[in-house]
Amino acid sequence: MSHAPSTLTERVARIALVVSAIAVLVFLVAPILAILPLSVNDSEFLTYPMRGWTTRWYESVFASEKWRLAVMNSFLIGIPATVIATVLGTLASIGLAMADFRGKAAISALILSPLVVPIVIVAVGLYFFFAPLGLTQTYTGLIVAHAALGAPFVVVTVSAALASFDRNLARAAASLGAPPVTVFRRVMLPILAPGVASGALFAFAASFDEVVTVMLLGAPHQRTIPREMFSGLRDSFNPTIAAVATLLTVLAVALLLVVEALRLRAERLKTRAGD
Amino acid sequence: MDRDVDLAKDLKRAERRRRMTALALIAPLFLFLMASFVAPIVDMLRRSVVDTELAEVWPATAAAVKHWQPGAAAPDALYAALGADLKASAEARTIAIAARRLNYALPNGRSLVLNTGRALRADDTAPASWRDRLIGLDPAWGEPATLVALQQASGPATDFYLLTAVDMERDTAGAIVQRPAQQSLYLQVLGRTLMISLVVTLVCLLLGFPLSYLVANAPARTGNLLMILVLLPFWTSLLVRSAAWIVLLQDQGVVNGALQALGITDGPIRMIFNRTGVVIAMTHVLLPFMIMPMIATMKSIPPTYMRAAVSLGAHPAVAFVRVYLPQTVPGVAAGALLVFIMALGYYVTPALVGGAEDQMLAYFIAFYTTSSANWGLAAALGVILLGATMILYLVYARLAGMGQVKLG
Repeated sequence: MSHAPSTLTERVARIALVVSAIAVLVFLVAPILAILPLSVNDSEFLTYPMRGWTTRWYESVFASEKWRLAVMNSFLIGIPATVIATVLGTLASIGLAMADFRGKAAISALILSPLVVPIVIVAVGLYFFFAPLGLTQTYTGLIVAHAALGAPFVVVTVSAALASFDRNLARAAASLGAPPVTVFRRVMLPILAPGVASGALFAFAASFDEVVTVMLLGAPHQRTIPREMFSGLRDSFNPTIAAVATLLTVLAVALLLVVEALRLRAERLKTRAGD
Repeated sequence: MDRDVDLAKDLKRAERRRRMTALALIAPLFLFLMASFVAPIVDMLRRSVVDTELAEVWPATAAAVKHWQPGAAAPDALYAALGADLKASAEARTIAIAARRLNYALPNGRSLVLNTGRALRADDTAPASWRDRLIGLDPAWGEPATLVALQQASGPATDFYLLTAVDMERDTAGAIVQRPAQQSLYLQVLGRTLMISLVVTLVCLLLGFPLSYLVANAPARTGNLLMILVLLPFWTSLLVRSAAWIVLLQDQGVVNGALQALGITDGPIRMIFNRTGVVIAMTHVLLPFMIMPMIATMKSIPPTYMRAAVSLGAHPAVAFVRVYLPQTVPGVAAGALLVFIMALGYYVTPALVGGAEDQMLAYFIAFYTTSSANWGLAAALGVILLGATMILYLVYARLAGMGQVKLG
C-alpha cells in the first residue's frame, strides 16, 4: 500500500502481513541454508549441534570415483542437451513471433507441453520407444530426452525477449541493405542474447537436476549427480551428500544471479529503446 | 491500376514467403519434439489397450478361445490347443510370459501355468483327453473364471488394463464390475494423489499470498531482493531440498529439537517419511510456482482502485476484500492450477520423504515399468495421469493465455 497506514487496525494488519511474509521467506530459504554447515561438521551424523570443523567430507567427494563419474555424466548429457534445446528453441521462437498462421496456437501448446507433462510419463514413453531403436542406456538417448525437456524453457524466455523487440530496428537494417542473415546476426541476436542465455541456463538447470529419465533410461555407469544423490538419500544418507548439496547450492546461487543480471540487463535495454 | 494489382500481388507473395520462413524456423523443434516426445507418449498410451503377449506364446489357444461363448461348455478343441501350447511353451521356455500375463487376471495364475507346464514337460505321453489331463493336474483349468481370463487375454486389444487402473474388471459373463476389495488399489492411489495435490495447492496459496503481496507492493530495490530470495529455492536442486527436509524433520532434527526445547512436545514427533513430510517438502518445492504468477498479477493492479474505495468511505478491510481480492483472481487461479498440475505428476519428492502409504500415481507407473514389468498397467495408469494433466493444462492455457507462461 502506498499511503501511510493511519488507523490502528491498518497498522496491525500491516504488521501481521510483514511478519507472515517474512515467516514464509524463512520457510523458503532456511531449509536450504540448514544443510550447508553439516558438510563441514566433524561427525558421521547429520544432526546439530556441530561437533567440530572438518574438510574430510569434501575430500571424500573429490577423491571418489563415483562422484567424479557423476559430474562427468551430468555435463556430458547436460551440455549437448542445452545446445540442442537452445538452437531449436531460439529458431522456433523467432518463427512463432514472425507470422500468424492457422494452427499456431496448437503448435505453441505442443512446444510448451513438456513443461507440464509429468516427467514419469515422458520417461516411461521413451523407455518403450527407445528399446527397439537401441537407444536405452545410451548417452544419445538421455541427451535427446533432456533436450526435449529443456527446449520449452528456451522458447518461453526467447519469446518474452522477442515480444519486447522493436521490429523497426530489423526493418531499418534491411532498408539500409543488410541481407536477412546479417540483420539476424548483427541486430536481432545482440538484443535477444539475454533471453537466449537465460533460456539456455534454464534448460541446463533442468537437465542438471533431472532424475527420473536417468533412472529409467540410463545405464549404471551413466548416473548423474542428482541420480547419485537420489540413491544416497535412500540408501546411505551421510555427510558426503551434504558436501555435494553445498556445492550444488553454490552453483544454484551463481545461476540465479546470472539469470537475474540478464533479466535486469534486458529490462534496461527495453527502457532505453523506449526512450 | 496495373501497378495496384502488382502491389497487391507482391504483398501477398511477401506475406506467403514470410509464413514459409516462419514455418521453416519452427519445423526443426516441432519435428524434434514429435520424434522425442509426442511419438513415445502416444506409443505408451497405445500399450494400455494392446494385449498380444499371450497370443505370441500360445497362438493356438488364443485362436481357439475366441470361439468359446462364456457360459457354454468349453470344446475339446480348446483344451487340445491349450495342452499343446502349454507343453510347447514349457519346452521353448517362453511359458513365463503366458504365466505373467495370466497372473495379472487370476490370483494364482502364475503358479497354475508354471506348475502345469512343469508336469507336462516331464511326461511325453499324449493324453486321450487334454481336458481330463489338465483338470486332473489342477481343477482350476475347468473353472469358467480361468477360461474367461484366457479369452480376455487373447488379444489383440483389451480393456483389461484400463479397467484394472480404476479397480474394475469383467466378470465371467463379460459385464464390468467392481474388483474385490483385496485386489483394489488404484482408485485409492488416485484419490491419494488428488488429495496430496489439493492440500499442497491450498497450503501454497495460504503461504504464497502474503509474501506475493509484500513483494508486489515493495519498492523496486527491496522487491528485487525479495524476488531473489523467492527464486533461490526454485534454482536449488530438488535433491538438495529433499535432503534438507530430511535433516530438519528427522527425529533428532532441528524442528523436533526446537519443539522439545520449547516444551511443546515431550518426545520427537514423526514428521518425515510420512504424509506430513511429503506435504511440507512438496509445498517448499512448488511455492515459487504459486508466487510468481501472483506477483505478476498483483503488480499490475493499480493502487488507485483501493484508494478510491477507501476515500468513498469503505473500511480498508472491506475495500481489500471487495475491491483488491477480486483483481488478484487471475494470478491466484493460474498459480493454483500450475501447482496442482505439477503436484499430480510428482515422483521424486514422495519417493524420498514419504512412506509406503504416501506414494503417488507416478510412483506406480515407474514401478510397473521397471520392477514388475506390467507394461499394460503402467500405460493404463499413465493414461489416467496424462488425461488429468492435459485437461487441467487446457483450462490453464485458456485462463492464463498460452503466451503468458513466464519464468522468473
